[in-house]
Amino acid sequence: MEQTIAIPKSEKHQNGAAPAQPKTAVVSGSVAVLDALLAEGTETIFGYPGGAIMPIYDALYDYSDKLRHILVRHEQGGIHAAQGYARASGKVGVVFATSGPGATNLVTGLADAQIDSTPLVCITGQVFAHLLGTDAFQETDVINITTPVTKWNYQVTDAREIPQVLAKAFFIARSGRPGPVLVDISKNAQLQTFDYEGYVSCNHIRSYRPKPIVRKEYIEQAAVLINRAERPFVLFGQGVILGNAEAEFQAFIEKSGIPAAWTILGAGAIPTDHPLNVGMLGMHGNYGPNVLTNKCDVLIAIGMRFDDRVTGRLDKYAKQAKVIHLDIDPAEIDKNVKADVPVWGDCKETLPMLTALVSPKKHDDWVAKFREHDAQEQVAVIENELHPTSDILTMGEVVNLLNELTGGDAIIVSDVGQHQMVACRYAKLNQTRSNITSGGLGTMGFGLPATIGAKVGQPDRTVIGIIGDGGFQMTLQELGVIQQYGVGVKIVILNNQFLGMVRQWQELFHERRYSFTDMVTPDFVKLADAYGIPGQRVCERDFLKNAIQTMLDAPGAYLLEVMVGKENNVFPMVPQGCGVAEIRLK
Amino acid sequence: MTNDPNDNFMKQEFTITVYTENQVGLLNRIAIMFSRRKINIDSLNTSPSEIPGIHRFNIVVDETEEVVRKVARQIEKQVDVLKVYFSTNEEIIWQEMALFKVPTDEIAEKVKVERLLREHGARAVVIRKDYTVFETTGHREETDGLMKALEPYGLIEFVRSARVAIIKGSHSFHERLREFEALEPSEETAENEFLNEGEKVFSM
Repeated sequence: MEQTIAIPKSEKHQNGAAPAQPKTAVVSGSVAVLDALLAEGTETIFGYPGGAIMPIYDALYDYSDKLRHILVRHEQGGIHAAQGYARASGKVGVVFATSGPGATNLVTGLADAQIDSTPLVCITGQVFAHLLGTDAFQETDVINITTPVTKWNYQVTDAREIPQVLAKAFFIARSGRPGPVLVDISKNAQLQTFDYEGYVSCNHIRSYRPKPIVRKEYIEQAAVLINRAERPFVLFGQGVILGNAEAEFQAFIEKSGIPAAWTILGAGAIPTDHPLNVGMLGMHGNYGPNVLTNKCDVLIAIGMRFDDRVTGRLDKYAKQAKVIHLDIDPAEIDKNVKADVPVWGDCKETLPMLTALVSPKKHDDWVAKFREHDAQEQVAVIENELHPTSDILTMGEVVNLLNELTGGDAIIVSDVGQHQMVACRYAKLNQTRSNITSGGLGTMGFGLPATIGAKVGQPDRTVIGIIGDGGFQMTLQELGVIQQYGVGVKIVILNNQFLGMVRQWQELFHERRYSFTDMVTPDFVKLADAYGIPGQRVCERDFLKNAIQTMLDAPGAYLLEVMVGKENNVFPMVPQGCGVAEIRLK
Repeated sequence: MTNDPNDNFMKQEFTITVYTENQVGLLNRIAIMFSRRKINIDSLNTSPSEIPGIHRFNIVVDETEEVVRKVARQIEKQVDVLKVYFSTNEEIIWQEMALFKVPTDEIAEKVKVERLLREHGARAVVIRKDYTVFETTGHREETDGLMKALEPYGLIEFVRSARVAIIKGSHSFHERLREFEALEPSEETAENEFLNEGEKVFSM
């Protein structure tokens, strides 16, 4: 079967630092796929085989000394694991899945990676090209299904396209604002042999500009505003981490003396106990950062996108402030909050330019304002959460003990819900890439597989998955991966026997009508035991600290279930539809 | 356009011009940028552009400038899209083509019909014993006007094309494309291309 190659001729693929010697060999499309992965530095693949991807799996059999394949228990688990891997390691996560249901099971993870800018290359098998459009067995229109949730996707039906398409895929996934890429390869292309001239990596695509051009005038205008500001306030997001700009960011706030607050994906870009780190933004963020957003005179947003969970009501958001917005993605500028000074660019480049132009300053009185608000929050919320006086265990005290016993050096992965907010609020993070959670999409079920992926990506670090009883049951089949590969993750299930966050909203906004949020949970410790994972359940405070220590001391994986208060709420809270200054402490 | 500052928030017709690579699936990728915001596309045309290998979309929507700007930026960030422009009707020259199928008897017998067609600058494309097909180009009101006028005379079929538009104030996109190609990084500048170049950092 003859097909045309649809790669535009204008695309230039250039040699990387170590140009591959042109060599010609007759190889199959499947071998070309694996060769591309090796050339791109891939070490680990999370995947699940099936009919339409069998030629690639067959080729993989001969590559098992060079490529580690982790057989997940469900494709959604595979892609979340790849996300955890990418977020912890900074590398591109790679996923294999078969056609049809294999591919559709990736959709949630793609959407999650798209909204949280996680670099992934997903390779799906597809039916033979001559069967496309015929409702063949396990055929689904993966390209059209995944278009809204991928940065780029492409269907390969001719093996000769594979090297260039995968080079493009990796370049697109990791450059600029990263994101998920999906390459769908028909079975005939996997089987087809062709004259392979070696892999050439891609670093330019004519129609794609990963980094906007930095404009001097905006950097200067930003510096003027910052130097004149009396109450400047920095908001930072994951852009700082994705840009590997943690040091540049720290240098900027330290020279300018500006207090900085984080989005949940930005957490850890500077250490929790940095004197200018004033806490978490948003709906369940800290009191000071929310209230003082509406008191600052210059708001400097760095690598964040003003999500509605951060801003609350936009017409009551920082109306008094001049806004400076640094972002690599021009589509984020003015999308939600109008920027007075847009600073397009990679913050790794723009921050040092800005730092060079700002005057060294201290804003002690202004920073003290944040600390005053902290003191109020401490009394109204934090003290009770971390050191409760009642017998009922709180989620906060568990996180607090984890901080104490790990010293803040662990990677904390969370699922979605109340426990996520508590984990993000209270976890001590000493270093970057230590807080992994589903931010934009809020995907329950993300936690367990992402914990596994993070541990695979950072095997030398302690990785703790803090997961609710609801989210854990969405992807608990991945316990099988822990068993099969001996992944040494620490799982903490904070069990309130409710879908807690929904229940909290029902309590506060729906007259306590607990509509289908009461959840019976299985015996998680027994379940872990079935997978050969040791664990225990804790219901009383007296045993909690020892239990956590036992978990941390365990040589491999461990599951700790903590029975926490059934009807505890997460505060502070900016109720939906309210401005950030209307944040409630109770 | 008036200078009313509220213009930003008032819906009006915008013509969006998108230059893209010629890639399967791109039409869907662009169309969903509108459908995800529940914006109806009034007219959509895809054609080659003045540059070989580069496609050009003309998309007409009725929206506020604010929303159109955001959508345009979101389209422009798609990997296979080179450039997006959006224009008000004052900023473009545009045409739509319409075909009318009318019974030949009616035209032959009624002088009024013939005059109507001439006034609207309609040209006969096909003349058969039973029907005649006329073609006219113009703005929507013009083609709509002729359709209305022909209705009493047994208009058998009517079809109108999408809008094609040329931006009045644009420079050749060729120039723009050269810019894109000139920015291709060489091996040395692929990493940190700006930081290593001192003052040149700030050149546009």
